[in-house]
Order: sequence, then C-alpha cells, then structure tokens
Amino acid sequence: MNAATNANPFAASEFEQRKNRRAIVMKWVLFGFCAILVIPLVGILLDIFIKAAPVLSFDYLWENPVNKGKQGGLWAPLMGTFYLVIGSLLFVAPIGVFAAVYMNEYARDGWINRIIGITVTSLAGVPSIVHGLFGVGAFVLFMLPAINRVVADPNDRSTKWEAGLLTASLTIAVMNLPVVIASTREALGAVPQAFREACWNLGATRWQTIRTVVLPNSLSGILTGIILVVSRAAGETAPILFTGATFFRFVEDQGWGKIFPYRPAEPFMAMSMHLNIISNQISQMPEKMKFGCAAVLIGLILFINSFAIMLRVWLRGRKRW
Amino acid sequence: MPKTHIEFRNVSAFYGSKQVLKNVSFEIPRNTVFGIIGPANSGKTTLLKTINRTLDFIGGARFDGEVLIEGESVAAMKNPNELRRRIGMVFPLPVGLPMTIYENVVYAPRRRGITNKAELDEIVERCLRQAVLWDEVKDRLEMLGTRLSGGQQQRLTLARALSLSPEILCLDEFSIAIDPVTTMRIEDVLKELRKTMTIVLVTNLVQQARRLADNVLFLWRGEIVELSPTPVVFSEKPKDQRTYDYVNGIFG
Repeated sequence: MNAATNANPFAASEFEQRKNRRAIVMKWVLFGFCAILVIPLVGILLDIFIKAAPVLSFDYLWENPVNKGKQGGLWAPLMGTFYLVIGSLLFVAPIGVFAAVYMNEYARDGWINRIIGITVTSLAGVPSIVHGLFGVGAFVLFMLPAINRVVADPNDRSTKWEAGLLTASLTIAVMNLPVVIASTREALGAVPQAFREACWNLGATRWQTIRTVVLPNSLSGILTGIILVVSRAAGETAPILFTGATFFRFVEDQGWGKIFPYRPAEPFMAMSMHLNIISNQISQMPEKMKFGCAAVLIGLILFINSFAIMLRVWLRGRKRW
Repeated sequence: MPKTHIEFRNVSAFYGSKQVLKNVSFEIPRNTVFGIIGPANSGKTTLLKTINRTLDFIGGARFDGEVLIEGESVAAMKNPNELRRRIGMVFPLPVGLPMTIYENVVYAPRRRGITNKAELDEIVERCLRQAVLWDEVKDRLEMLGTRLSGGQQQRLTLARALSLSPEILCLDEFSIAIDPVTTMRIEDVLKELRKTMTIVLVTNLVQQARRLADNVLFLWRGEIVELSPTPVVFSEKPKDQRTYDYVNGIFG
C-alpha cells in the first residue's frame, strides 16, 4: 500500500486550500471596508449625543431660545422646520406625483420624454446651494415683488410680503421635485404592464386604469419616496439661507401664537439654520447647546426616516401579486 | 341582421418597419366560431389586436386597410373604449388583477357605472360559471385574484372578458394553462355562447379548432394560406397542400 491510497480522497488539494484561504481573506477585507463605513457614523452619533446629553429634556424642545440660543430651548426653530416641511410637501407631492404619472402613463416613449427624464435625473444631482440661488431669483426677487405690487400698501410696511415660509417652501419643493418624480416613476414602473393591458382590453380608460389599478398598487412606494425627501427638506440649510430663514425671531411663548408662530410671508427660524449660526457665528456659545441642537436635528431625521422604513416593511407584507 | 359580423378588408399591420400582416381580407360570420391557426410569429395575435384597437397602445404599431364590425370601421370610431367593451379579449398570459376575485369580475361593469349589488352578484356568478371557475372559488370570492393558480387565473381572465356580455369574444390560446378536462368543459360552454356571440378562436391546438370552429383560417407569415369550413381543412384534400401538412404535423 503506497502513500497515495492512504490519503483521504476528499481532502482539499493544494489548489483548493489556496482558494479557501483566499476566500477567508476576502471576507475580512470586505468586512473592513464595511467597518470604515460604520465606525465614523457610530462615532459621530455617540459624540453628539454624549455632549448633548446635559441639555436634552422635554423643556429643551418646548421652550423658545433665549439670549441668542445660549439658553432656553428649540421650540421656535423646530416649529419653523415643521411648517417648512409641510409647506414644501404641499407643493412637491401633487406636482411631483402627477408629473410622474403623466411621464410614465401617458407620454409616448419618444425623444422628448427621454430628454425630460434625463433632465430630471440630472436635476436631482444639482447641489442644494444652486437650488437656493434659483429660489432667490425666482421667488424672492421675481415672485414677491410681483405679489407686492398687487397686495402691498406702500404706506404700511406690515402689508408687504417678505421672504419667508412661502418662498423657502417653494425653493425646497423645487429642490425635491426631481427626487419625488424619480421615486414615483420607479414605483409606477413596478406595477406590471400586463395589469394595464388587461384593464384597457376591458374598455377602461387610461385614467380609470391609473385610478383603480396603478395608483393603489404603487401608493406605498410613492409615499416612501415622499417621506425620504422630507428629511432632506428638514436638514438642508443652503436653500433656505437666502429665501426666508432667519437666525432670530420673537415667537410667542403661549397660546395659539406658540403653535402657529409664523405667517407665510415673514422670516422664520429653522433647525438647520439655527444650528449653522449657533455653531460658528455666536461667540461663547456653550458646547452643549450646539450639540443639543445637532442631536435634535439628527433625531428628527431618524424619526422621519424610520417612518419610511416601517412603510416599506408594511408594503412588502401586503404585496398583491 | 347581416350575416357578416367582422370583416377584414386589405388589412396590413406594421411594427415599425416590420410588416406582420400582409393585405389580409376575410369575413367572420355572425354567431360562429372562427378558428385561426398558424405557427408562431404569423400575425395571429396582431390580428386580434386590430379588432379592438389595442394595437394603439404599442409604440410604433399601426395598421392599414379596414376592419369593419357590423359594417363600421374600427379605425374611424371616436371612442375605442366603447368598442373594447363590445369585445371580450383573452390573451395567453393569465392576468389576475391585484384585487379580489369578485372585484376582478365586476371590474368592467363597475367602470360602466353598474353599482347595484344584486346585479353585480349576478354577473359574478354567471361569468364564473361560464368560465368553469365558480365551483372552485364560490366560497372565497374575497381572495386576491393574483393568488389563484395559473389555470384558474386564465379562467378568471375569461370570466372578466365575459362580464359585459360582449358581442364578440376573442380567445388567444385561452387553454394553454388549463388542464384538459376543464378545457373540455369550457369548450362546451363556448358552444353554448356561440348562440349569443361571435367567437374568434386563435389556437395552436389544431384539434381544438377542429372540435369548435365552423370555419378555419390558416395564417402563415402574415398571409392567408387557406380559409375553409372546418371539415374541408381537416379533410384529406384541403385547398392548399400546406394546410394539410400543417394540421397533420408535417409542415416545414
């Protein structure tokens, strides 16, 4: 009996052993890249929340900023961001969804449609400061004077429309429009073409088909897309910097004035703006106030995004085909 | 009523520059089963799509010539949706709409504005019985149509096509996903339905055409090879030798 027959016939060959070692090495290399991604993120979150811990409380959210934000809470900017988000959604949701429905369900797949599609995609990649400048030009310098010519009384300054929630919401809406259109088109495209054809064969009009089959079955996907742009609306500073946000504004501390602190056409406070100013414009700002503001903003965005995640899980559970 | 229900006059159909129907002309008599046979890619489905004008939905597709229903040109009709409601259409791919079985069947009637529950119930039972699906689903009409098996969805598609009591029923390979026993039962129903509607039956199963059809059209590469009464097509001596070869499986 020689050595060759003694050996285990199923033992890995030299070649296979090399491959196995290689596979293990690759696994750890890839894990390493993943760690590079995760470690800074966790580090940042921990750093912010630990430094913010001393101020985080219910009162911190409920009270208005005092003494340039060195004391007090975040109520006024929080409300500003809230109404900014709602305002921008009022514009972006209907326009984005219906535009996407037209592009996906009605327009023929010609070169015009394709150019519009490419334009929308590229627009989604434009830096937010560019959208901000567009907002200044289109809404603050063009739209507001046009409105004021009609509504404002030259002798009464209080009737004049200023840059505020309206202009900032429009600017944010323009910024988010391409994102909503893209995500809505994706959701509509996920509905099989066979469903539409089956309806058309039954004599249903295009709109009946959209209303009864296409929209109900893409609604959750559309909503997920919209919720994701909400967090962008809440977090961006550049688009609102010159279109209505201001650093400080007196806000009532009680009554309805606390719930509805801003009129649409007057400057407002917002979380991203507030954080931007208190972290580098005000001297002797306590560290905990800066980090507190950052922590609340991050918490807000995580809260909104978790809605999108829950919606997606729910959507997966009730997929109908 | 004139005997001719559907008439094709010099119809040519194109997808872009590719011609799939080459100047075909024929008549489909009322209340008969009109069988269309032919190998794949010979224009059978396109022919059906010209009848209810769903060819409109395909980018770059068009047809020349005239398709007349009751003497009226479909291309000239202002409201193609009304035309489509007069024509039941079943395509080979089973499509259950993502709604309940009940809603699947009443989809078209609802779009026509029928809201009376008793009337809708009646439509559901009639159509599901005609499609030989009633016994299998009568206790679970609230189940999603998309959860049914392929063969059941196929019959659901048939039930949907019958929901508006169309005057013309176009069946394109309706039985490919359905078991032979159920197919036979549906064929019996079709023989009944022939009394009230004209049936256009596209099929790859030449024996099915033989069992059901009154006339058979043999379409090949967009051209009519032969149109004869069924006994002639399946006789030892059809008009064209190619027909004999095709129905006896020695074509090519």
